[in-house]
Amino acid sequence: MLSDKDRIYTNLYGFHDTSLKGALARGVYDGCKGFIEKGKDWIIEEVKTSGLRGRGGAGFPTGLKWSFMPKEVGDRPHYLIVNADESEPGTCKDREILRHDPHRLIEGMILASCAVQAHTAWIYFRGEFMAERHAFEAAVQEAYDAGILGKNSVFGWDLDIVVHHGAGAYICGEETALIESIEGKKGQPRLKPPFPANVGLYGCPSTVNNVESIADVGEILRRGGEWFANLGKPNNTGTKLFCVSGHVERPCVVEEEMGITFRELIDAHCGGIRGGWDNLLAVIPGGSSVRLVPAEQIIDCPLTFDDLQKLGSGLGTAGMIVMDKSTDIIRAIARLIYFYKHESCGQCTPCREGTGWMWRVLERMAEGRAEKREIDLLFEVSKEIEGHTICALGDAAAWPVQGLINHFREEIERRIDDYTARADREGSTVKEMEKAAAG
Amino acid sequence: MPKVIIDGVEIEAPDGTTLLQACEMAGKEVPRFCYHERLSIAGNCRMCLVEVKGMPKPMASCALSVNDLRPGPNGEPPEVFTESEVARKARHGVLEFMLINHPLDCPICDQGGECDLQDQALGYGRGESRFREAKRAVEDRYISPLIKTIMTRCIKCTRCVRFIADVAGIGDLGATGRGEDVEICTYLDEALNTELSGNIVDLCPVGALTHAPYAFRARPWELSKTETIDLMDGMGSNIRVDAKFDRLMRIMPRLHEDVNEEWISDKTRYAWDGLRNRRLDAPWVKENGQFRKATWEEALEKIAQAFPKDEPEKAAGIAGEFVSAEEAFAFKRVLDALGVKSVDCRPPHVKLGEKGGRAGYLFNATIAGIDKADAILLIAANPRLEAAVLNTRIHRAWFDRDVPIGLIGEAIDVTYDYEHLGETPDVLAELAAGKGDFFKALQQAERPLIIIGMGALARRDGEAIRALAAQLALKTGAVSDGWNGFSVLHTNMGLPSALEAGCLPARGGRDTARIISAAEKGDVSFVWLLGADELPVDRLKDAFVVYQGTHGDAGAHAADVILPAAAWTEMNATYVNMEGRPQLGLRAVTPPGEAREGWQIIADVARALGADDAAFDTAAALRSAMYEAAPQLAKIDTIEPADASALEGLASASGKATSAPLASAIEDFWQSNAVARASDILRRMSEIMRGGESREAAE
Repeated sequence: MLSDKDRIYTNLYGFHDTSLKGALARGVYDGCKGFIEKGKDWIIEEVKTSGLRGRGGAGFPTGLKWSFMPKEVGDRPHYLIVNADESEPGTCKDREILRHDPHRLIEGMILASCAVQAHTAWIYFRGEFMAERHAFEAAVQEAYDAGILGKNSVFGWDLDIVVHHGAGAYICGEETALIESIEGKKGQPRLKPPFPANVGLYGCPSTVNNVESIADVGEILRRGGEWFANLGKPNNTGTKLFCVSGHVERPCVVEEEMGITFRELIDAHCGGIRGGWDNLLAVIPGGSSVRLVPAEQIIDCPLTFDDLQKLGSGLGTAGMIVMDKSTDIIRAIARLIYFYKHESCGQCTPCREGTGWMWRVLERMAEGRAEKREIDLLFEVSKEIEGHTICALGDAAAWPVQGLINHFREEIERRIDDYTARADREGSTVKEMEKAAAG
Repeated sequence: MPKVIIDGVEIEAPDGTTLLQACEMAGKEVPRFCYHERLSIAGNCRMCLVEVKGMPKPMASCALSVNDLRPGPNGEPPEVFTESEVARKARHGVLEFMLINHPLDCPICDQGGECDLQDQALGYGRGESRFREAKRAVEDRYISPLIKTIMTRCIKCTRCVRFIADVAGIGDLGATGRGEDVEICTYLDEALNTELSGNIVDLCPVGALTHAPYAFRARPWELSKTETIDLMDGMGSNIRVDAKFDRLMRIMPRLHEDVNEEWISDKTRYAWDGLRNRRLDAPWVKENGQFRKATWEEALEKIAQAFPKDEPEKAAGIAGEFVSAEEAFAFKRVLDALGVKSVDCRPPHVKLGEKGGRAGYLFNATIAGIDKADAILLIAANPRLEAAVLNTRIHRAWFDRDVPIGLIGEAIDVTYDYEHLGETPDVLAELAAGKGDFFKALQQAERPLIIIGMGALARRDGEAIRALAAQLALKTGAVSDGWNGFSVLHTNMGLPSALEAGCLPARGGRDTARIISAAEKGDVSFVWLLGADELPVDRLKDAFVVYQGTHGDAGAHAADVILPAAAWTEMNATYVNMEGRPQLGLRAVTPPGEAREGWQIIADVARALGADDAAFDTAAALRSAMYEAAPQLAKIDTIEPADASALEGLASASGKATSAPLASAIEDFWQSNAVARASDILRRMSEIMRGGESREAAE
């Protein structure tokens, strides 16, 4: 359990003053000048020490990512890009930071920009984040007025922040699609290599980080990388914003220590599972893009990147989608796959064609109007998508299906049997269809 | 050069090679749809996935450079497997996805038999479908009157989009929508504004884009294919002519790296229609102002009667823009033998072939040389219309290398940015005098390229303009060791072919302009037109006109006797392009009706006029005589460089250019010659592109 003194986000719920004055009162921007004077190598080293892993889902070590940028600025400027295109179903953590603690993010952007030698930082807002953008823009204005941003910054690192508002496409959260979108092109992921650290925005070296990763940086430097590293579990350090939604008593976004077990998290912050722990069916622990975990496996599992990976799932964005036994799990996954079908950019074949195929099969399976051999077919199709696409959306679409088949195969089979049995009892499915067509 | 082991074969690949190219070097075939050697890499079809040792996922080999592969732990070269289980399964999967929404309408698809998807489904597919859902249907979009779209068949490889953007240089085509709903279309369904649109049909790996005028006309296996040369512009694009039962069905591009790469213009492609229509298929004689079909004997008899045997200075001959080197050579030789000095192959006022020698009339820099040029000046040339495929190289120079481009003449859209220096020859005179920033740009360039168009040469002051261009070339260092940037952009193949064959007025003879004015005055009473249509033929009405040619165009209307000839797809002949590159055209179909090959007709006329000695009995005899006179013509597909020192003589030519604005020689790309005018397709294209009824298909 995280003690209050170790909290990074002290205004996560907006109970306090969100303006610059309030932020300063909470200690944001404290010591920034000193950190920048210590230089980029110190910042990167400290973040590496902290063991901070990217909070956007993939969990790539942030300090390591920064060190991929060219050591010196050549003829091309460096850019920091903050990914505020938080579109992962079940995830709503960045939203809270943008609304209620924007200065913590600005502080992180200044420090991260110093680490990657960028004098322009871009932030890409999800299309639907209108209020969040307004809140953030107001904070940016305050920072400019206070001399924190802009030329001759009081901290000694000149930084301009460019706010870019997306048009609401999930794929634009993929870093290279996001870059394309900022450039004014269609949001389609680029081929890698080259990676953004070499050829990124407008062909310049760029680092793309999640909002939460960047917002963590200020506090890590203030309290030291060691402090952050001592929280959580080895290789899964620090605190993390968990977004719990679904069938719990009180869904919430909460900052907790990495490695907290699922039971502790739900009992302490969410008032337990609706109908008690016995009523829990399954959890998708990392936003919709990971495989679901059935109740008995997740209840006492520590919530870390590594532990969840062992269960064949992942921590992802820590967007916990909790489903109790009232859930029609097949329909739930079918709905998720519809989302991926809808959001596929259409660039590469497996994802463009495969997501639609999977969705159509799943829709029938949800009714039971399928054959049992199609379960294996569906699994194979998901395997044909996974790993064969340009970006990770293909994998993200395949994993929920694989999780469903791995853990709920019997449920699908039962559904199919029921449908067939019903057909026997009440005449034929043909009659049913005729009836449906008539009325 | 990194080493790679591909399926156990170790090869060394040059830096920057893609893995797919490396696999091909190792003799392994990697299937692909979106990848194309001449287009930017998209990596979206995922068909070329291969297994790379040490990588968790199969990799798209088209998008991976061999330099990006990591060596093994002990420094051994990276290993790649194209036939492993992982690679095979990945291809199976991708192909299955391609096919689930692709209609199985191969029997009614024009691409059937030459379809990449068909071939690869056979080679790499699983043989049966597991897809039970309803297939997706996509609305067909209008993108050009020449292109029929069946968008349900589209596999979204985006080759067409990339061609139109990267090569044709316009941004008209794109993909809208996302996921399953991606569609390829133009903005608001407007027609593509390009002269190269037909190439996207060749690029399309499936039957989504097919040729509208060719729809349902033939199957690829029914066609006899002949590799020959195109004559619709001055490039000599390498083409393949497909015929069905001796009937021309279509024209496709053929690879020639130094000429047309693998593109052809729409005019070249749809010339097949023009080569079938309005053909002269029998001799005609004019009696009392009326044409009457005649026999060859009658026609030749009539010519013999009209020919001023005792006054050969009253006779003249003009060769036109489709003439082959053989025809031009035989023509000149026969007229010489008859004592006729007034023989020409050039449009009025053009003085090419006199001062400056070969260097004065060739595209000396060579077409492939554009890729090396580092500053380009266009004088009264619109390469987009005059040589659309050549224009793609200039576009590439601008796009890839930021080459500065200047233009003197009418401001035009050439698909790239240029500095508009002015419209009149005065601007050129200033440049030639060493003034202006663009002069510096040319001077600083290592290989400046000065392209002078026929629009500048076919004027009364054309020779003065050509001299200014030569001065500029010499001053800016465009003529140096291994580089001659003085380049004439020809609009047809007949002129360079005839110039190379020496078809010019003999000493004391008249040139084209003077033949015409002499005919008006009555000083010339007999004119033999060898396929010459681009002349003010009505000014020849007082003379007896023999028209030997292929089409019922201007020349035929003005004629007193019409001799039907074979077109270039109907005979074997040598054609020289603007670079001075002789190439062989081969017979694909037989000439229509009683039409005969040009050199045979010339020989018959010679015999009828009593110049039996000048008549060749066989094509071989003609050719060997021609090779003797012009040895460079014997070196097929080899450019004999011109002697650049002759340009100095040209530069010192006297004469003053007027201030009349310069413009391209071609106004209407689609109707620039007799064959194009005979083509229904190209005539409709001309109407459509000039505005108005852009939604109708040209059929």
